[in-house]
Amino acid sequence: MLATAHTFTLDGISARPVRVEVDVHRGLPGFQIVGLPDAAVREARERVRAALSNCGFEFPLRRIVVNLAPASLRKAGPGMDLAIAAALLTASGQLEWEGLARVALVGELALDGSIRSVNGALAIAEAAREGGAEAILVPTENGSEAALAEGIDIVPVDSLARLPALVGGEWEPPRPDALPLRLGSKPGGPDLADLRGQPHLRHALEVAAAGGHSLLMIGPPGAGKSLAASRLPSILPPLATVEALEVARIASACGRLGESLSGGRPFRAPHHTISPAGLIGGGAPPRPGEATLAHRGVLFLDELCEFRRDALEALRAPLETGEVSISRASSQRTLPCRFMLVAAANPCPCGRGEADPDCSCAPIAVQRYQGRLSGALADRIDILAAVRQPSAAEIGGAPGEASADVRGRVCVARERQERRLGLGRCNAEMTPAEARECALDNEAAALLAELYARQRLSGRAHDRALRLAQTIADLDGAETIGPEQMAQALQLRRRDRG
Amino acid sequence: MARACPDCLRRSWLLSLLGPYVEKIATGEPGSRSPELLRLSNEDLVEVVAPKVAEQLLGRIAALSEGHLQGELAAARCWACCRHDDLYPAGLRDAADAPWALIGRGDPGLIDGLEPFGAVTVVGSRRATSYGREIARELGRELATAGMVVVSGLAFGIDACAHRGAIDAGRTIAVLGCGPDTAYPAAHRSLWRRICEEGLVISELPPGASPWRWTFPARNRIMAALAGMTVVVEAATRSGSLITADLAADLGRDLGAVPGSVASRASAGPNSLLAGGACVVRDAQDVLDAMLGAGARRLDRSGPALDPALSPVLDAVESGADTCDVAAAALGLTGPEAAAALARLELLGYVTCSTMGVYSRTLLPPPTGPPI
Repeated sequence: MLATAHTFTLDGISARPVRVEVDVHRGLPGFQIVGLPDAAVREARERVRAALSNCGFEFPLRRIVVNLAPASLRKAGPGMDLAIAAALLTASGQLEWEGLARVALVGELALDGSIRSVNGALAIAEAAREGGAEAILVPTENGSEAALAEGIDIVPVDSLARLPALVGGEWEPPRPDALPLRLGSKPGGPDLADLRGQPHLRHALEVAAAGGHSLLMIGPPGAGKSLAASRLPSILPPLATVEALEVARIASACGRLGESLSGGRPFRAPHHTISPAGLIGGGAPPRPGEATLAHRGVLFLDELCEFRRDALEALRAPLETGEVSISRASSQRTLPCRFMLVAAANPCPCGRGEADPDCSCAPIAVQRYQGRLSGALADRIDILAAVRQPSAAEIGGAPGEASADVRGRVCVARERQERRLGLGRCNAEMTPAEARECALDNEAAALLAELYARQRLSGRAHDRALRLAQTIADLDGAETIGPEQMAQALQLRRRDRG
Repeated sequence: MARACPDCLRRSWLLSLLGPYVEKIATGEPGSRSPELLRLSNEDLVEVVAPKVAEQLLGRIAALSEGHLQGELAAARCWACCRHDDLYPAGLRDAADAPWALIGRGDPGLIDGLEPFGAVTVVGSRRATSYGREIARELGRELATAGMVVVSGLAFGIDACAHRGAIDAGRTIAVLGCGPDTAYPAAHRSLWRRICEEGLVISELPPGASPWRWTFPARNRIMAALAGMTVVVEAATRSGSLITADLAADLGRDLGAVPGSVASRASAGPNSLLAGGACVVRDAQDVLDAMLGAGARRLDRSGPALDPALSPVLDAVESGADTCDVAAAALGLTGPEAAAALARLELLGYVTCSTMGVYSRTLLPPPTGPPI
């Protein structure tokens, strides 16, 4: 007899529908899975076999063929166990379930028949809704996550043994409550008040947050670079609901929904030994990289000069377009990655800086080290902040302004930008044409022109200064860019090699 | 153009052939330092450094025809002058160990009639601090503006900064420890090219000669002899720049040193020179006064008008505030105020900011007289 069930396999951060066809007929007893299964799917045989017998079902001593359609799609992960087991029970006549074809099922089976959580439940539930399923059976642990998808019935199931009762209508689990989507930062999380003194660094952070500008901090170890970067998400405006869903979908696909949702905007700080695939995503099927995990949040590259050059090069296009394209022989996937880049670097390989008499770095080593800062990635960085160890008085002094106050100003500045540029856009994304339309007063224009003439600025650097000045004007609530704002922008801008 | 005589040119080619042999025996010991070795005649020199192959090397050198030598020079776009011709700089004639021939690339006019009082040698540590680099650049720029030829060695740190400052404003000569057609260090290729085009690169070694450890003290003696004054900007206690200073003092040239912090290792060399009686060099005017007599040539150096609100920030940078944060903390300013003030000071030319975001004071003095 033949039975069909619907399930999904995860591909990047989106779910692809898979039809599970199970045929049970007479012949030499056997259990075969066809349709490009990976090792985890192939091992479903043993899990299904054990789970069935441990839940009081009978494992049919017949020839069983499981086909996963479409046959050309590579299936990965253990999430198809439940669908295979349900279809097998129906095909062998142990379960009378006419509605099987109208629901979707995901879940990994334990040997005792209980159902374990899977990654990407949110994306899968949404895909099931798009595919026209009436309901989706999900592991109990994924229930609240899947419930974020509206317009489809979510049925949390904890064990395979529940199926007969569920099908018979004797047991009906309540629809789980959707996970609360936290749009802003968690109260009590890292706060900018921890950054004491360092008024300029605070200002640089505020401008970076207000305009979405990328930031590079250079200073000796222990000067507060990492601390400052980790406080950045807390001064960014809260996520819009749509954005929060995007973040949740990515977190769900990586099985880290709980932790990410606790903090609003994500903050990712990959180690500098990371590979290009780790940074932008890769593998088969493609898995999201750190850039995608930082979507709508902050990607912090500590020790920028130590990163592999190819990894940094790989970040260039994603930074520009806001999405990663992973092209492989078999497929091409696009993953979202609209993040704010924050980087930190030491002034020289030993970290002390050349002015420090204890620095023993050879000049050529320093030059080579700093040379890495002038690569193509550095060209995408708007703001440079030199950071110094705060003085004892500053560290012992009063805590700085709290994140909430700074965030208030940032939000107002972002609103002004959206009114000017359109929804969801910020100054850092201004095209050169838009940047040149910024309203400047005469004195500010004279400052910029003087610098342009004195230092032979490139056109790109010229526009960068304009964008920064516009952000500072937005923060100040000014309609036109004044000389004071232009001067601040000229100070904040990243310096080209001269 | 004057032409070097073939014998003097052969000497250059001989030195190039002797490179590895001299490398073995040139040490810091008296009598075996490279400038001392280079006083010897061809035959004696070869006998001292490469006795086993002496005949062979001298034979090879003697076999070089004038046409061949000139051909090699022309192929490398170089020219040469020797101690027997008028182009040869007067300063070098004072030195007993002066090179027989100079191979040049660039404008020969820079050494045509160059008297020692028309040139200043600026040397210093390769591992220079931003203070030293800024001073070197500013000295180079101002001395070149005052009409001096700035001589240095194209090395990392002070040398390169002195060249950069000078080439922007006037004339500079780079003296190399390898053939003049070779950019060494290679990282300074673009600077070398610019000096070839707008200034002059010279060496006593022929085109294609590679640098050896001993060729640097050897070229230092040329730098010391070329100029009437040698200024050491920054140097550690054991530094090639101090060799140049010694050589200059031996020739009776003026010696200047830029004072630095007594705690700074990079300034230990110049500070000890000062203790030994070297002339204090705070700016180009000090150099001009020492060389030409006080007041002989005046530099107009005062900067543009300074807003009174900016002076405290300038003072803070002068007293060591190298980032915006430190300046803001020192003056009790907010971050944006300090940022705007520094940006204005940078535009006025009173401070500079490195690619690493670190500020330093330039040598530009504020205008004198009552504040505006």
